[in-house]
Parts: sequence; structure tokens; C-alpha cells
Amino acid sequence: MTRDEIQARVQEVLAEVLGIDEDEVTPRATLTGDLGAESIDFLDIVFRLEQAFDIKIEQGELFPENLQQDATYVQDGVLTEAGLAALREKLPHAEVDAIEADPRLGRVGEIFTVDAMTNFVERKLGAAA
Amino acid sequence: MRWLWIDRILALEPGKRLVARKAVSLSEPHLHQHFPATETEPAMPVVPGPLIIEGMAQAGGLLAGHARGFKDDVVLAKLRKAELGFEVQPGAVIEFEATLVAIDDSGASVDGIVRVLDPAWDSPKELGAIDLMFAHVPAERDSLLIAEAFRTLIAGSVQAGGDGVDQMVV
Repeated sequence: MTRDEIQARVQEVLAEVLGIDEDEVTPRATLTGDLGAESIDFLDIVFRLEQAFDIKIEQGELFPENLQQDATYVQDGVLTEAGLAALREKLPHAEVDAIEADPRLGRVGEIFTVDAMTNFVERKLGAAA
Repeated sequence: MRWLWIDRILALEPGKRLVARKAVSLSEPHLHQHFPATETEPAMPVVPGPLIIEGMAQAGGLLAGHARGFKDDVVLAKLRKAELGFEVQPGAVIEFEATLVAIDDSGASVDGIVRVLDPAWDSPKELGAIDLMFAHVPAERDSLLIAEAFRTLIAGSVQAGGDGVDQMVV
């Protein structure tokens, strides 16, 4: 599967999950800010990507888990250096650079763009091949 | 589930599929308000769409709850799609077929098909599709309030020969 094919299918899935038109799902759009995703939508996205690409996504693999509960990662509502490093390590598909200059916890949603979803699936399919 | 909105479970395939039915009766008081007669129009009692969604949510919620041994509360978290094609009148029976798409510690995804059996028709008609997401949350003590009604539903469904429903006895 080429990246273009993966991206087209990812766009289809996101449009279905979020109830929006496919042409709104542009590669640079963020899931929360631009496309209006809420927390339950993240689980929906995981389930639908699993189905669409016949892959298994573990909890915490696509989106972070229990980030704010770890004091070494988050202090006073801001991600620490360790927190940013952990995100980069655990979620290599995400665009952590986008929030590096202002890493407030509330901005974490911005690291999940449509491109990041495509990156994730591409890595996942690549690893399985 | 704080109140039961299905009458019988016809079939259960654990972790896969559940089929339930709800008979619609004019003795349900809300039907007299939905919609009452006006000066120019006669009354038009039809089942409100949200209550059709509630039936699917209960069928899907029971399927998801059973799949994990009812250890969490299963809370309706998202209505992804609800497409209903026509009005349902008293005297009809609504059938909910829920299929489990995926389930994990966080929640479950259920796709549903709704059919209507009306005495005026020769065969059931497909009313539409309702797709739902549920979140798993720690069980609350007051969720037991419904337990007796739930046991009544299961017992009645088993007695009526519901396929696989005996696996739901708790």
C-alpha cells in the first residue's frame, strides 16, 4: 500500500468517525483543533483504523495514555522536557515539534494531525511487512 | 441502564451479536404527546427517534457488558450515525440487531440495524442503521437499581427460547 493509498483511506475513516466531509480532512488539519475530535472520538479512531487496515493497535500506541498523571512528564499543566521526550519516543508518528516552544498540556491535541495518523498506519504496515 | 426499553432478547452470540425486540404500545404515555391532535390535524402517535436510539443503545450496551462479564458500567458515549427511514406506529414491534465492532478496556463500538414488524405488513422492513460508541467506567453502586428488571428481562427471554440468552444469566 502506498502512502497516498494509506492517506486516502485514513481520510475516509476520519471523515466517517467525525461526521465531516472528506475534503475537510486535509493532511495538516489537527484532529482536535481543526476537525473537532473529542476524547471518545480517539477510541473510535483506533477501532476504525484497526478495522480499515486489519491491524491491532494497543492502548497508548496511537494516542498517549495517562500522561497528565505522571509528575515527571507534566508540571503545573506544562509538559516537561522528559514529557516531550517520552512523547517523541512513544509516539514517533506524532508531531511533537509543533508544541515544543509552548508545551502546555492543553496543546497536546495539536501533535495529532491527519498526517500523523497516516504516519502511524504507514509505520505499522511497514513493521508488519 | 436506569430503565428497560427492550422487552425480549431473541438471540445472543457472546462478544458478537445481540438481537432484541421492543413492542410499541399506545399505553406508553409519551405517544399521546408525540404528536397530539391540533385544530387542523388528527393525532399522530409515532415513536420518537431518540427512543429508537435508546433501544439500540440498550441492546448494544447489553452485548458489550456481557462480553466483559458486566464488570464495568457501559455508558453511551457517542452516536456516530442514526439513519431512520420512516415513522413507527403503536402496534408495531421494533427489532434491534447489535453487532460488536470492537471492544477494549476503554470502551466498545457497536453497529446496529433496526427493523420494524408491523401487523399491517407481510414481512419486516428495515428502518435504518444506528452506530454507537460506549465508554467503560467503574461500576457504580446504584447501577444495581436496574438489576431486578434486568433479571426479569433475561428470565423472560430464556423462557421464550431466546437463542443463547441463557448465557446471560447472572
